[in-house]
Amino acid sequence: MYFYLKNLAPTQQIGALFVLVFGLLLLASVTSFAFSIHEFQDEARARRRRARLESINGILRSSWLMVVVFWLGWMMGNRVALTLFGLVSFFALREFLTLSPTRRGDHRSLVLCFFVVLPMQYWLVYAGHFDMFAVFIPVFVFLALPVVSALGNTPQHFLERNAKLQWGIMVCIYGMSHVPALLLLRFPGYDHRNAFMVFFLVLVVQVCMVTQHLLGRWLKLRPVAPAISGSFNWPCCWMGVLGASVFGAALAGITPWVPGTAFAFSFIACLAGSLGHFVMKALKRDRGIPSWGTQGRAVTGAGGLLDRVDALCFAAPVFFHSARWYFDL
Amino acid sequence: MMAKLMALLLLGLVRVLTGAQARWLGCPPKAEQRIYFANHQSHADLVMIWAALPQELRHSTRAIAARDYWTKTPFRRWLTSRVFNVVYVSRERTADEDPLEPLVEALERGDSIILFPEGTRGHAGDPQAFKAGLYNLACKFPQVVLVPAWINNVQNVLPKGERVPVPILCSVTFGAPMQLEAGEERRAFLERARQTVMALREL
Repeated sequence: MYFYLKNLAPTQQIGALFVLVFGLLLLASVTSFAFSIHEFQDEARARRRRARLESINGILRSSWLMVVVFWLGWMMGNRVALTLFGLVSFFALREFLTLSPTRRGDHRSLVLCFFVVLPMQYWLVYAGHFDMFAVFIPVFVFLALPVVSALGNTPQHFLERNAKLQWGIMVCIYGMSHVPALLLLRFPGYDHRNAFMVFFLVLVVQVCMVTQHLLGRWLKLRPVAPAISGSFNWPCCWMGVLGASVFGAALAGITPWVPGTAFAFSFIACLAGSLGHFVMKALKRDRGIPSWGTQGRAVTGAGGLLDRVDALCFAAPVFFHSARWYFDL
Repeated sequence: MMAKLMALLLLGLVRVLTGAQARWLGCPPKAEQRIYFANHQSHADLVMIWAALPQELRHSTRAIAARDYWTKTPFRRWLTSRVFNVVYVSRERTADEDPLEPLVEALERGDSIILFPEGTRGHAGDPQAFKAGLYNLACKFPQVVLVPAWINNVQNVLPKGERVPVPILCSVTFGAPMQLEAGEERRAFLERARQTVMALREL
C-alpha cells in the first residue's frame, strides 16, 4: 500500500483518498442506517440499541463534517481553509465560554478574544509567521487579557475568571489554529501536498477516537477515574492509540515520512488527543454537564461541537511542533 | 425591501452570536392569538425572542417597546416600526390616556403580543415584580392564550452600557400556557405568572 500510494501522481493520490474516505464514511452511514431500521421484539433492548446508535451517529456526523471541511479547504485554497477553521474556533470558543460563565467585568476581555485574538492568530498563520504564531497567545495574549480584565475593575474571582478565558483561548483558538497551520509548513521534498498532512492528522486522530469509543462500549472495562469519565481506561486508550498509529503508518504514502516515522507521529498525536479529550471531560464534570452539547436539554443550545473537536485541539499543537522540530523548519 | 434585508441581517447576526435557540417545552409554536410574557434584562431581549419565533409567526407577533427610548432617533424608529413592527407604549403615565390602549388595539386586531411585564430591564438574577398590565389584558381578553417565556443568558451578550456584543449561546424557553383562574386576585395572579416564568429557568 505504501509504495503504491507513494508512486501515484499527487492528483491520483487525491482521487484515491477521496474515494477511500468518502467510501468508508458512506459504508458506515449505510450500516448505521440499516441497523436503525432493524426491529426488536424486546423494548429494553431496542432502547439500548437506539441509544448506542445515537452516539455512533454523532461521531459519524462529525466525521462527515471534518472530511467535508477538509475537502472544501483543499478545493478552494488556503485562505478558505483558514477561514473555515477560524469559524470552527469561533463556535467552539462560544460553546466553551457559555458553559464557563464569565462576569460583567470580563466583557472587554471577551471582545478582545473573539474579535482581536482569534483573527490575529489566523492571520499569523496565513502570513506564515510561525515563530510569532507559536508564542502570540502564550506570551502576548497571556498578559494582555488580565490587563483588560483588571481595568474592568472587578476583583472578585479574578484568577478563576482569567483562567477560564485563558483555557478557552488555548484550546479553542491556539490548539485549533495548529491544524490549518500544517497547510503552510514547507516540508522538504513535499511541495503542494500539505493538505494531506491536515488530512492525515484529522483522520488518524478521528480513527483513534472512534476506535476508543467502540472498544469502550464493547469491552466495558473499569474506568480509571470514574468521577471524571465513565469510560476512560488504559487498555482501551492504548489499543485505540496503537490501532490508529498502525493506520497512520499504512497511510505513510501520503506523508513526507516512511511508515516507521509516520507511526511515531501518529502515536504522539493520538496520545495527546486521547489525553486531551480526557482532560476536557474533567472540565465538563467540573461544570456539572455530561457534554458541551447535552442533547435536547441544553439551556444554552450548544451543539456539542467542542465534544467533537477537543481531541484535535490538543493533538494538533503537539503534532505540529514535533513535525517542525523533526524537519528543523 | 430595506426592512426585509435588515431583518435578514439581524437574524444572521443573532444566530452567529447567540445560536438563537427556541425551546418549545410547554407548547408548540402555533398560529393562535397569544400573549408571550418574558423576563427582561437587556435590549437584545426583543431581538432574541423575535428571532426565536418561527418565521410564519414573526410578522403577526408584535413586541411591546417603550416609546421614549425606541423613537428617539430616526434609525431606532425605523428599526422598531418597519423591521420589528412593535407596539409602542409610553412609560410616563398621563392623566387622560390609558397606557394599555395600544396593546388593546393590537389584540383587537388579532395580533399576538410579546410583553415584558417587569416594565424595565432588571439587574438581579430574579425578575422584578410584574406590573398590572398583564393582569388587565388577561381580564379583557380571556380567549387569548398566555405563554410564559424565559430568555436565558442574553444579558451577558450585551451588558448595560457596553457597545460591542460578544458571542455567547442563548436560548428562549417557552412554557405551558397559563390562565387567569376564576376570581383570582390581581396580585396573586401576577406573582403566579412571575413564578411560572422563573420556573422555566431550571428546565
